[in-house]
Amino acid sequence: MRFASILLLAAVGGFLLWGSGDLPQRGDPESPASTGISTYYIQNAYHDSDTPNMVTAVLADYRGFDTFGEAVVVTAAALSCLVILLRRRRREDGSETGVFPDLDGDAPGGAA
Amino acid sequence: MKSLTSHYDSLFLHVVTKAIVPLIQIFALYVITHGHYSPGGGFQGGVMMAASILLLRITLGEASYRRFPREAGLAIAGVATLLFCLLGFASVVFGGNFLEYGMAVPGADPVRLRYWGIFWAEVFIGFLVWGALVAIYDALVTGGVE
Repeated sequence: MRFASILLLAAVGGFLLWGSGDLPQRGDPESPASTGISTYYIQNAYHDSDTPNMVTAVLADYRGFDTFGEAVVVTAAALSCLVILLRRRRREDGSETGVFPDLDGDAPGGAA
Repeated sequence: MKSLTSHYDSLFLHVVTKAIVPLIQIFALYVITHGHYSPGGGFQGGVMMAASILLLRITLGEASYRRFPREAGLAIAGVATLLFCLLGFASVVFGGNFLEYGMAVPGADPVRLRYWGIFWAEVFIGFLVWGALVAIYDALVTGGVE
């Protein structure tokens, strides 16, 4: 099993090293990443949005919809944690506590 | 010192925490609001704001819930997400695309509008990351106890 793991690691690593030979040089102006829309961003980000930091301009303006999606994902992650982890507990008389137990005054680590 | 009720009953730790938390928060607000000019922005600054609250949570224990209530994290995250959404729709009202800040106010300079649109987007992102991370921490800490 250990031998198989090492063999698999060497195979995948060798494959990636072999594939990296075809990558363009770093900073190559002829590379596909540098000939597309990024040229427009570099030349126009400041004039379009008065923002010296073009990363911020791309993040919040040109790609604002993508960033909005990220923001919603972060909020959804917090909501999911609360829904999954904060279980309603059943009291002695059969009624249930709220989602925030300390609002009901019977939290395990509630009001100090 | 009535707040020495956490599991770290060290006077030094409490004093240093109370001294350093405002500095962390000031720097976090700086990172959020200077996303235009320097590396950083909403996500990074929001994480730093959350880190300052988690420092309070870890050192002060229960006493920190009086400074930052358990419900506040999710409330901040939700309100900030809603405001970000409304910011996006501000331009839709006047015929622009969603999040097309340049169309948000008719007659105003679109370049300045995009500048302020980016600024407010960063602020809302910072606040929602702050609230969401604190909410996740609180859920992890309190949720496991039956």
